[in-house]
This record gives sequence, structure tokens and C-alpha cells, in this order.
Amino acid sequence: MRLDIILAGVGGQGILSIATVLGYAALESRLQLKQAEVHGMSQRGGEVQSHLRISDRPIYSDLIPAGSADMILSVEPMESLRYLPFLSPEGWLVTNTTPFRNIDNYPELDHVIGEVKQVPHHVAIDADAIAREHNNARGMNMVMVGAASLFLPLELERLKEGIGYIFARKGKDVVERNLATLEAGRSFAEEYRAAAR
Amino acid sequence: MKNNTLLLLGDEAVAQGALDAGISGFYAYPGTPSTEIMEYALNSQQAAEGNVHRMWSANEKTAVEAALGMSYAGKRTMAMMKHVGLNVAADAFVNSALTGANGGLIVTVADDPSMHSSQNEQDSRFFGKFAMIPMLEPSNQQEAYEMCFSAFELSERHETPVLLRLTTRIAHSRAGITRREPLPQHGITLPQDKRQFVLLPAIARKRYKVLLSRQEAFEQEALDSPFNRYFDGDDKRLGIIACGIAYNYVMENYQDSGCPHPLLKLSQYPVPRKLIERLVGECDRILVVEDGMPVVEEMLRGLLDRDLRVQGRISGELPRDGELNPALLRKALGFEAQPGGTVPDGIVPRPPALCAGCSHIDSMNAINEAVRDVYGDGHVFSDIGCYTLGALPPYNSINSCVDMGASITMAKGAADAGLYPSAAIIGDSTFTHSGMTALLDAVVENTNMLVCILDNSTTAMTGGQDSHAHGRLVQICEGLGVHPEHIRTLRPTPKTHDEFVEIIKEELAYEGVSVIIPQRECVQTKTRRTKLAKQGAQ
Ligand SMILES: Cc1ncc(C[n+]2csc(CCOP(=O)(O)OP(=O)(O)O)c2C)c(N)n1
Ligand code: SF4
Repeated sequence: MRLDIILAGVGGQGILSIATVLGYAALESRLQLKQAEVHGMSQRGGEVQSHLRISDRPIYSDLIPAGSADMILSVEPMESLRYLPFLSPEGWLVTNTTPFRNIDNYPELDHVIGEVKQVPHHVAIDADAIAREHNNARGMNMVMVGAASLFLPLELERLKEGIGYIFARKGKDVVERNLATLEAGRSFAEEYRAAAR
Repeated sequence: MKNNTLLLLGDEAVAQGALDAGISGFYAYPGTPSTEIMEYALNSQQAAEGNVHRMWSANEKTAVEAALGMSYAGKRTMAMMKHVGLNVAADAFVNSALTGANGGLIVTVADDPSMHSSQNEQDSRFFGKFAMIPMLEPSNQQEAYEMCFSAFELSERHETPVLLRLTTRIAHSRAGITRREPLPQHGITLPQDKRQFVLLPAIARKRYKVLLSRQEAFEQEALDSPFNRYFDGDDKRLGIIACGIAYNYVMENYQDSGCPHPLLKLSQYPVPRKLIERLVGECDRILVVEDGMPVVEEMLRGLLDRDLRVQGRISGELPRDGELNPALLRKALGFEAQPGGTVPDGIVPRPPALCAGCSHIDSMNAINEAVRDVYGDGHVFSDIGCYTLGALPPYNSINSCVDMGASITMAKGAADAGLYPSAAIIGDSTFTHSGMTALLDAVVENTNMLVCILDNSTTAMTGGQDSHAHGRLVQICEGLGVHPEHIRTLRPTPKTHDEFVEIIKEELAYEGVSVIIPQRECVQTKTRRTKLAKQGAQ
């Protein structure tokens, strides 16, 4: 088993919480893991990505080779497109559709979403809206984990344990709410896939 | 997770390795991508229990010197910095090769190929070679951990400082680390030769001969090192030398088949010539793969560069600059590129920017109105920190960013040349790193210039480490001899804009050194502090 995921977003959006949940699930499944992160200057509202590699064999490169990512998982639509050169032809693009506009020349959203829909295997999900519907305005990242989970060879139970692990400190309530958010993201992706067929 | 396995960044693996190898003191100045070494040590329970020294230093030079002092006293110690920090520490670093070490001394330097967060991509291996000391360069996080043990042993066996070189990709990538049984710390033992650290010319000459005489032993260590490995291969048309992390990028392309070519994995220096001779002897062509500058490739090619069998960054098989990656190696190894998508039109870059509500915004706006709008562009020297983003639109406020502290000294030089007004903008942490001596130069001549020390109570650019300047800036400036009437403080907010502009104008009218200190905490550290306080209160 070999799984390469590019996590994308804008500095400050917290993509590393996604990496932590996926990483936890991988380690609990006794898989190996490498996770290249962006620290430093770009964290000030710049473009950030993380390369998450999971495998049952030793992993060499910390970086995912161009053209071979199984998934781009992005919390921001324009950012999802920036890493297309990494996506394998069979790979999935799973992206939030709520734009993060901290630059003046942000392109037309319709153009961005249109480009997302050009990718053969994609899910475009308004994760911010779904998180709000579930009374979890800050749960956008877990909606994305839920949506992505449908296409990942990781057990859903392990991902849930991962959520339990990272939110444990904040209390049972927060854990429950994030689990519900995860389920919502996953259901949305199921419907999206069914509709696309 | 299994008890002795941890998921750590390369930086954290170094900190944990040093702790498990019995370190007694960490010394560092923050700098991407090295910062997380100290941050890990600061948060480590193990370090707290062992009473391990772990505090930020004023700059990289003070860090290396303090570490040298701890080594003198017989204990294991490490100084950590980013690559350009080694320039600042170079005097101490190069001379420590002559004094030698007593307790194990590691200088850990994180290079930043592709300049993700830096102003150049210098390769610290040049410094290691220059100082003529052993060097280690991990290919993965586990090696980074192991190398702390080996480097301390190497350092003590040969009484020499050891350079541990990381690059961004190792430093900031997480992987599973298997720990070893921790070692106890050393007690105090002074060097046997009490003159060893006295580099008077007569002694220094002797010490230099000692250093020269150790070179052979250093090379033998590299030859015997478990980190350097020669893998044989049947296809001898090509031989590969893969330095540090570059080994991974090579192997990524052979993970299913295994590498068919003879391959030298090089992670400890000085370069062991016997292994190179073997590779060169049996292969038609040599590809040197190194993340950073073509240090080894240049050595092999030599000055006259007639041996066209050696390839790499100089010959163009690999790009001359920038970070390596698996795709670049794929091409250099002669494989076809993997098909992938292209970035659609209209996808624009998203450069980093000052946070909403950042006090630097107010400073930029005031300086623009008082200086640029009155005297035109070109009067504002600046420095390195979040405020360097004032170079970008919409501010376009600053005209320089060279090295830490250079704002004040460049403003002085320009003022000496007759430029008026000549202003410097420097952050609080950068000021105590290397701006104080610069200000003293200006005070001594009462140079007609303006210095703005942007005091946000932290070292923000690198993630908000405590700043040595905190609460001391006015006293420091007074102590350096700036006239108290011309040390002005204010709280920069949109509301105090007019007052700020007025103060700048008044100080520009004063013929001499003026210092303005806008003081308001960084939004990020403030939010974090408030959050922590809330959690504490619960
Ligand atoms: C010699 C050297 N050491 C470290 C760094 C990394 N670095 C860049 S900016 C900075 C600190 C900036 O702090 P401060 O001057 O207080 O400005 P702020 O970011 O808080 O606005 C550091 C440590 C560097 N570029 N050069
Ligand atoms: S981190 Fe702090 S100093 Fe840096 S831009 Fe943000 S608010 Fe300003």
C-alpha cells in the first residue's frame, strides 16, 4: 500500500490538523509515514502545502514526485489547482469551494471552480457551509477529512480515533461535534460521487 | 504508538537525539529551518528533568561561544542556527576548530536550498571544509537522531567540533524515530592542556598543526562511518554519489527495482577518497547529487575541469540552483517524466503578507507619509523580520534587506555619503542580534540619521520566540549614548498615525541620531498568549 497526498491551503488555515488526523490513522494501522511541512515565511498568509506519504514499505523521498499524488486535498479552491502537476492521472482532487481572498488579484471564483470540475476525479465541497450547518464553524478541516476519507485506503474508525486524539484536550463535546462534521463531509462526497456517475 | 517510537520533524529528531546522547546545553538563535530544534528542547520534559540549559541566545555568535564554553567545561553541547547564522558565528566557529573541543561539541546548521525563507542558499559544507572539521549530513530523520550520538563521540574522540548539516526538507519533514537508551550527562572536567584555548599566535600555530595532523584521522572516520555506504551495482556505465538527503531522491526512482548502478551514499565528511576512487575506477560516468551547492562535484572536477565524466549541477544534468526533488532526479537518471497536470491560467501567486492588525502596518504607513511622500523613494534601509514584507505592495516602504543589523549601518554609510534623510527600520530582536553595535557607531559620530526600532515584543518572523530586547530598548539606547530627548516611544495604531508622522518629522529635523520606538505586541503572539491564559484559567 502506498498513498501520497498533497495537502494545500493558505498559511493560517490549519492544514496540519488534517495531516495529524491522517497521520494518526496511518500509524495506528502500522504504516510508515513521512510528512513534509511548510514552516516559516509562507505561514504569514502565503500558499502552504504539505506532502503526506503513507506506505507499508520504507519511504525514501520526503517530497511526492510530480505526477504521482493519489490525492490533492485542499481547504481552498485556487490553492487546489496550484498543485495539479503533482496529481497522477488517476488521482482525486478534493477541495473546499470557499475562497480565501487575501490578495487583490484573486481570480473569478467561477473560473476557479470551473477548472476544478475539469479534473476527471474531483469533489468540490463547500466545507465552510457544512461546518456551519453542524454548529462547528471551525470544523471545516474535518469536513475535508470526511470527504477525502471516501477515497483513502484508511479505515474510517482509525480516522475517528485520530479526531478523538487531537481534540481530546478540548473535551467530549468538541470531539463529538467534529466526528459529526467528519460524517457530514463523507456523506456529501458519497452523494457527489453518485451524482457524477 | 510504540513507546520508543516518536513521530518527529528532522529538527525535533536532532533535539531528541542530543537529549538522549546526554547533552547538557543547547544554544541557538532562531532561524528557519532550524528553529524547531530549540523549541523542542524548550518543551521537553526530559530536558527539564535533566536541567539541560536551553535558552535563546542574542545571536549565533554568542550561541557558538557559549557552547564552546560548555564544551571547555567538559559537557556535551550544541549550537543551532540557520545557514546565514553561521556567517555571523563564523569567527567563533572557525577558531573553535583550532582550540578544539573538550566535551562533545556539535554545531547544527540548517541550510535552505531554494530560499524558502532565506536571503541566499549558501551551503554550510563549505564552512565545514574551511574550518577543516568533520561533518555529518543525514539522509533521513532517523539518521539525524543517530548522528547526535555519533557526532558527540567523534567530537570527543578527536577533540574537535563537529558540523551537523541539515536542509529544509529534512528539518521540516516528520517521520517515525526509534529511540535509543538515553545516556547520562557528563560531569565537569576541564581540558588537560590549560593553554589549548589560548589562541596567541605561538599557541595558535601549534594548534593549527594539531588540526592539520588530524585530517587523516577525520577522513578515516568517514571511511569507516556507518553513514557512508558503498552499494555495488551491475550497470557500471553510471556511478552515483548521493550526498545527504539527495540519496532519497535517487532511491525514490529505484524503489521497486533497486539501483542498478554502483552508488555511494555520502553522509559523513571529509570526503573519503578511497570510496570515491573505487567508484571512479569502476564506472564510466559519475553523477554527483547534492542538495545545495555543487561542493563535492566541484572537488571531483578540479580547477581545470577536464574530466567530463563527472556530472551534476555544474554540467547541467541537474539545475545549478534550487532544491532537488524526485522529478529532477528522474530526468537526470534518464527516465521519462511522469505525466501530470498543468497549472491552469489565472492561478496567481499568494505571497506572504503582514497579518491584519499588525503594528508594522502602522509603522509603514507613518514612514511612508513622513519620508517617502516628502523626500521621494529611496531613503529607508531595512532589515530582516516580518516588517521586511513592507517591501511589497501596498506599502513599498523599504529599500534594503541584506543581513541582520545592516539597516542601521547602511543608513549610517548613506548618511556619511550625504543622503538626507537616511532612515533605518529594524525589529526589536534583530536590534539586539546585531543592531546595537551598529547604533554605537552612529552615536560615536552623531550621524544625522533616524532609527526606528519596531518593538512587537517578540521574534515574530520565526514564530514568536522571546526577544532579548523585551522591556530593555530605551535603556539600551540610552546606554549606547543616544540623547534621551531623541529616544521617542509610542503605541502605533491607526489612531496614532498623525502623532507618529509628527514624531518622525520632528526627529528628521534634529541633526544627529534619533531613535523612535513604536511599541505594540505582535497580533499572533498576543492571541496565543490570551488563549494559553484562558486555558490556564479553566
Ligand atoms: C543571521 C540570521 N539569523 C537568523 C535569521 C532568521 N530571522 C529572520 S527575521 C528574524 C527575527 C526577526 O525578529 P524581529 O527583528 O524582532 O522582527 P519581527 O519579525 O518580530 O517583526 C530571524 C530570527 C536570519 N535571517 N539571519
Ligand atoms: S506575525 Fe506578528 S509581527 Fe508578523 S506580520 Fe503577523 S502580527 Fe505582524
